[in-house]
Amino acid sequence: MQSELLTLTGVSLAYQTVAGETVAIRDLNLKIKEGEFLAIVGPSGCGKTSVLSLIMGLLPQSAGTIRCEKPDLRMGYMLQRDHLLDHRTVEKNVLLGLEVQHRLTEQSRANAMHLLDTYGLGDFKSYKPQQLSGGMRQKVALIRTLALEPDLLLLDEPFSALDYQTRLNLSDEVYRIIRREHKSAILVTHDISEAVSMADRVAVFSARPAALKAEIPIGFPASMPPLERRRQATFHDYFDRIWEELQP
Amino acid sequence: MRSKPVSDAHARYLKSIRRDARHVRLSQIGILLFVLLLWEIGADLRWFDPFILSSPSRVIATIARLYADGSLWLHIGTTLSETVLGFLLGTALGALIAVLLWWLPKLNRILDPYLVVLNALPKIALGPVLIVWIGAGMASIVVMGVLVSLVVTTVTVLNGFLAATDEKQLLMRTLGATKLQIFTKVVLPAGVPDLISALKISVGMSWVGVIVGEYLVSKAGLGYLIVYGGQVFKLDLVMASVAILCVLAALMYYAVAFLEKKVRT
Ligand SMILES: Nc1ncnc2c1ncn2[C@@H]1O[C@H](COP(=O)(O)OP(=O)(O)OP(=O)(O)O)[C@@H](O)[C@H]1O
Ligand SMILES: [Mg+2]
Repeated sequence: MQSELLTLTGVSLAYQTVAGETVAIRDLNLKIKEGEFLAIVGPSGCGKTSVLSLIMGLLPQSAGTIRCEKPDLRMGYMLQRDHLLDHRTVEKNVLLGLEVQHRLTEQSRANAMHLLDTYGLGDFKSYKPQQLSGGMRQKVALIRTLALEPDLLLLDEPFSALDYQTRLNLSDEVYRIIRREHKSAILVTHDISEAVSMADRVAVFSARPAALKAEIPIGFPASMPPLERRRQATFHDYFDRIWEELQP
Repeated sequence: MRSKPVSDAHARYLKSIRRDARHVRLSQIGILLFVLLLWEIGADLRWFDPFILSSPSRVIATIARLYADGSLWLHIGTTLSETVLGFLLGTALGALIAVLLWWLPKLNRILDPYLVVLNALPKIALGPVLIVWIGAGMASIVVMGVLVSLVVTTVTVLNGFLAATDEKQLLMRTLGATKLQIFTKVVLPAGVPDLISALKISVGMSWVGVIVGEYLVSKAGLGYLIVYGGQVFKLDLVMASVAILCVLAALMYYAVAFLEKKVRT
């Protein structure tokens, strides 16, 4: 939990379109430590997805620096929607990232298949994505990301498309994976309870352009899973504080 | 349809499906036989002049004569090889151009109006020009077959490629894919259904191109026989050639459809 993993200093981003310029992020400063679970909450359209895209290097920032403290830090990005490829089976979808990065070996394949087994999808390896439920698809997308063995996971509202019960169960599972494998994670979410139940620290963004409005450390131990955190008396205090911060 | 029935109701259902399939097939054959029979009887009873409309027996006799003097295979072989060549070259080239245009979006934008015009233009109008440029021979006919299938393939396949959403491509970028990988793993598979429908369209188109080419310039082939037969009022020869053409075109179409089934499963 000590060393810095990633530092954003004075980062800004403006989207250029014919109609004009949209400033999505203005002068954002953010740090994430190794092994830390950071949640980002903020109003809709404030620029949360944009921040993840910048970190992942999919877009160039307009100003500021994004410094990676660890050389060749491996990142895994899970998009807001699962985007499984319809013409590939579950197994081949999961192996897609390894294939693309030329890292498909006996061992990495076995590891990915083990993840499928662990998360109850072992029997569905040869299914096509159209034959899965929404929750299962989301899990496959997560395993596709995890199969790359990233040090830092970027999760963009990974549970938003799911019903409440699946959502709670899946976030519990994801939490366990991340903690067990000692990964770092940045979770973007609209759901304050989800943020409090999973994160070590919650960053509250202002309305667009996104800037850091508040950072709230969550005092639960890392070993306490989300469902148990939700039962703690202090859970609601955190909730209320973040709620206050989110008010314009 | 060969699945095992799991219950009585299911067995009845399977049986009714098979019965329906049989009815359809029998009706199809029935229509063909009925038309042929009507044609033959009409000619026999002089409802119309068989010199103008020919008849099934005269068509068969004509084909037998062509076979006997050894020219049948020459004509079929000529037309078939021209068509297959035109079809293969046209679709391969068309697909290749579609890949290029997907790869270079700016080029695509630049060439877009030309593609639209070329697609709308009846390519066979270029026939006389081709003969002047390439010469009065088989090459002109093949080029005609290529031209006719090329543009439609390019347009159809490119549309298929462009249907691969930006979001899927973004996903590939999050996984660290190169443009070539995005193409082979997302865009190309998304374009396969359109590629196949392009094949189906252009297999018919190539026949059009080649037959028209043969009308304009040829010394052999089914198109040649049709034009020749028309000029010397040998309608039996025209009808026989058309009949052979029907069979060949159907065979080639079903070959493509068979390929489609292979790819889909
Ligand atoms: N490709 C783009 N071109 C132009 N403007 C964009 C583009 N992507 C996003 N924007 C704009 O940038 C702003 C921030 O978008 P972003 O997707 O980062 O928001 P978000 O916080 O993730 O929203 P949500 O919570 O709804 O997912 C929005 O106002 C959006 O209109
Ligand atoms: Mg978003």
